[in-house]
Amino acid sequence: GGMAAAVLLLLLLAAGPGPGRADAGQERRDALREELLLSPLPTGDVAATFQFRTRWDADLQRGAVSHYRLFPKALGRLVAALGVRELHLALTQGFWRTRYWGQPPLQAPAGAELWVWFQPTVTDVDKAWKELSNILSGIFCASLNFIDSTNTVIPTASFKPLGLANGTDHHLLRYAVLPREVVCTENLTPWKKLLPCGSKAGLAVLLKAERLFHSSYHSQAVHIRPICRDASCLAMSWELRQTLTVVFDFFSSGQGKKDWSLFKMFSRTLTDTCPLASQSKVYVDISPKNKEKELLEVSPPPTSVHEAVVQGEKKTYAVYDLLSPSLFNTSRSLNVQLKWKRPQDSSEMPIPTLHAQRYVAGYGLQTGQICTLIYNTHPYRAFPVILLESVPWYLRLYVHTLTIITKGKENKPSYIHYQPAQDRRRPHLLEMLIQLPANSVTKITIQFERALLKWTEYPPDPNHGFYVGSSVLSALVPSVTAMKDVDVEQSPLFTSLFPSSDGSSYFVRLYTEPLLVNLPTPDFSMPYNVICLTCTVVAVCYGSFYNLLTRTFHVEEPSRGGLAKRLANVIRKFRGVPPL
Amino acid sequence: VCTSRFWFNYRHVANTLSVYRSVKRLGIPDSHIVLMLADDMACNPRNPKPATVFSHKNMELNVYGDDVEVDYRSYEVTVENFLRVLTGRIPPSTPRSKRLLSDDRSNILIYMTGHGGNGFLKFQDSEEITNVELADAFEQMWQKRRYNELLFIIDTCQGASMYERFYSPNIMALASSQVGEDSLSHQPDLGIGVHLMDRYTFYVLEFLEEIHPASQTNMNDLFQVCPKSLCVSTPGHRTDLFQRDPQNVLITDFFGSVRKVEITTETLSLDRDVAAVESKFPDEELATEPLKYAEQLPVAQIIHQKPKQKDWHPPGGFILGLWALIIMVFFKTYGIKHMKHVF
Repeated sequence: GGMAAAVLLLLLLAAGPGPGRADAGQERRDALREELLLSPLPTGDVAATFQFRTRWDADLQRGAVSHYRLFPKALGRLVAALGVRELHLALTQGFWRTRYWGQPPLQAPAGAELWVWFQPTVTDVDKAWKELSNILSGIFCASLNFIDSTNTVIPTASFKPLGLANGTDHHLLRYAVLPREVVCTENLTPWKKLLPCGSKAGLAVLLKAERLFHSSYHSQAVHIRPICRDASCLAMSWELRQTLTVVFDFFSSGQGKKDWSLFKMFSRTLTDTCPLASQSKVYVDISPKNKEKELLEVSPPPTSVHEAVVQGEKKTYAVYDLLSPSLFNTSRSLNVQLKWKRPQDSSEMPIPTLHAQRYVAGYGLQTGQICTLIYNTHPYRAFPVILLESVPWYLRLYVHTLTIITKGKENKPSYIHYQPAQDRRRPHLLEMLIQLPANSVTKITIQFERALLKWTEYPPDPNHGFYVGSSVLSALVPSVTAMKDVDVEQSPLFTSLFPSSDGSSYFVRLYTEPLLVNLPTPDFSMPYNVICLTCTVVAVCYGSFYNLLTRTFHVEEPSRGGLAKRLANVIRKFRGVPPL
Repeated sequence: VCTSRFWFNYRHVANTLSVYRSVKRLGIPDSHIVLMLADDMACNPRNPKPATVFSHKNMELNVYGDDVEVDYRSYEVTVENFLRVLTGRIPPSTPRSKRLLSDDRSNILIYMTGHGGNGFLKFQDSEEITNVELADAFEQMWQKRRYNELLFIIDTCQGASMYERFYSPNIMALASSQVGEDSLSHQPDLGIGVHLMDRYTFYVLEFLEEIHPASQTNMNDLFQVCPKSLCVSTPGHRTDLFQRDPQNVLITDFFGSVRKVEITTETLSLDRDVAAVESKFPDEELATEPLKYAEQLPVAQIIHQKPKQKDWHPPGGFILGLWALIIMVFFKTYGIKHMKHVF
């Protein structure tokens, strides 16, 4: 009796919440977190980084997924159909000045950058790469269809996968950069349409094109990668991160005072949250410099204060949780304002541990030299850095002129991979692992020669010059403060971008400036000139010779004499006899 | 289609964007519009107001807006791409937004602006399209039944020469100037520093601003836009290939997308099988050991990475021929009897 009752109870318990639990399980399959990070930069500008992260606990590779909720269908079908493991696409206008602004949370090179890891099941990676760039060019209204073998490289040591990876066979990786790509509202519009709430609610209401492009740096990116579903990491989820970084420079360009507010930056304030977001926060970096009292004041008062070790330094953030009911109690809109308590001394600008610079040296239109300077400003720690340079085929590099000089002595790289270019088929690829001694400047120079292109290969504005994409520096920079392993779900999004291996150093990826190089340009009116000249010369010469050779000249006498003579001449003409 | 590059051709981009804006306002969605802009004016470093393109001076009307999607930009605007879009001969991997997916029931509006001459239109200062090529492209479209009716508007110097050679049925054409005349620009803006619009398109835009999706204005009104007193050039039009009378053709036939809406009072219940669909999700196998992230900079692994062995290819014909020549010369000089000393 009791046994039967117990069994019945068990059955009821098992059957009762069944459909309910399935519903709850299905609902928790995808989640959206959004956050905005406002960090004042040492030069008086302010950087705003938006991150929208959709996590989906599903396996896109297996089984036909037909129900898309928060994860955008365009990208989901792309990942499933082409066997993409990781996708990183960034569209950037401007350049992040590491020397003056500090280490970026996530930097991207000027123009368009696309790098993709494919699944090991993909047989023809080049074909999948070409299709992927075409589909993405349609989704993002960018000219990504110009990505082909002449600007794609296969790095061998940089760009390791940022998500879960079983092995790293670099034949599945492709990297391409289009430095000439322009970023404007037509790229922002489809990017905003991928967000679950669009630009109608939540943090995305601040994304208005007229303010975002009136800045000195604007970078929007899409990152798709597989991540651990939970701490035990026995299953994977797909993560889509959409990031947008913009640096407003009203102060340093002399257009305004140093006080900032959301309304001043975006001409909008936050009014409500996205109902689909499980977390929606605004972080303001109020870290004190030089360990003194804080000189930055935020209003309205934040809901909480968060401390974290970010990029090797201890930082303090004022947090506004948009989902907490107390925030919108007093006023319907949230306008975060930053005010400086005392004027900042310009001499105390901190210098980042790693920064780099690249320029073209030389004169004339035949040869030149690419120089890269890498600075390690750490007082006592040395660390390695991988430099990846991809130079188009029409700048022929001379590898025997490659020199790396640190502190006056030659510095031999521990690993070097050079793939020479093939004309019109492949660009140059140079990857080096260089050890940077403490407190040093490393100068890397390589000479090149400019090639003459065929006249149909020049773009419509060849006198503008040709761009060389930014070189990539990947390094493990030693951190000032040790970083503890934190739970990815609890910490802010900007700390969980790169998977951290140990607490003593953090991974950073920097990009140098793109270069603009003039190639010897022919005069495009020459074919027309040559045709005109040749035809004129031929016509004049040949015509004259033809006339001289084929025409006979005879003198014609004027006719004189009276009527009889003329009549006689007429009769003689009829007879065929020469006239009188 | 805007075919001009460089900052001083700002007005051509503004022309194209104002027609785009009117067409979107009257209901045609982005998926039905192919917009080609040969240069970027809005985010050009010379633009004092980034992300804006103005059509009226004193910056009254921003025709760029917040919701624009450009399908062909910058170097992609070439004669070849334009003709491929029209005729449908596009490489298979082209995305849908870059294709003209029309059939024999579609009305197509084509608006082109740029610099032109007697019988040609200049693309990006490096190539031209002639009126003969354009007429042949339209004939290909007619043969492949890619349009029902086509309205062609062109705003360039000597624009009427571009529609002289059309010979396919159901085409109506408008141009901003006759052969031998130049199309002039409207007004400069001293803040931006360039001319903002061309006269013909300026008055066409003013005309279109008064059209709403339900208006009954017909083509004859469009022909009257911009008389010689306002435009300085004489706009022209050609209707002999068109089967209907222009009096009966509504502006919204080409510029707007008016759909028939039928109201029904039936209700359909949708929540029958949703739970069944959701629970059909395949069960996932959990991994036996935890998955891990890749190390971002494995220095030791990189240093000991073996360089990829280059595949050995047998020597090609040139090398073999060279060696054969060398050996022949050697034996010719020294005689065949020395071969035994070699081996």
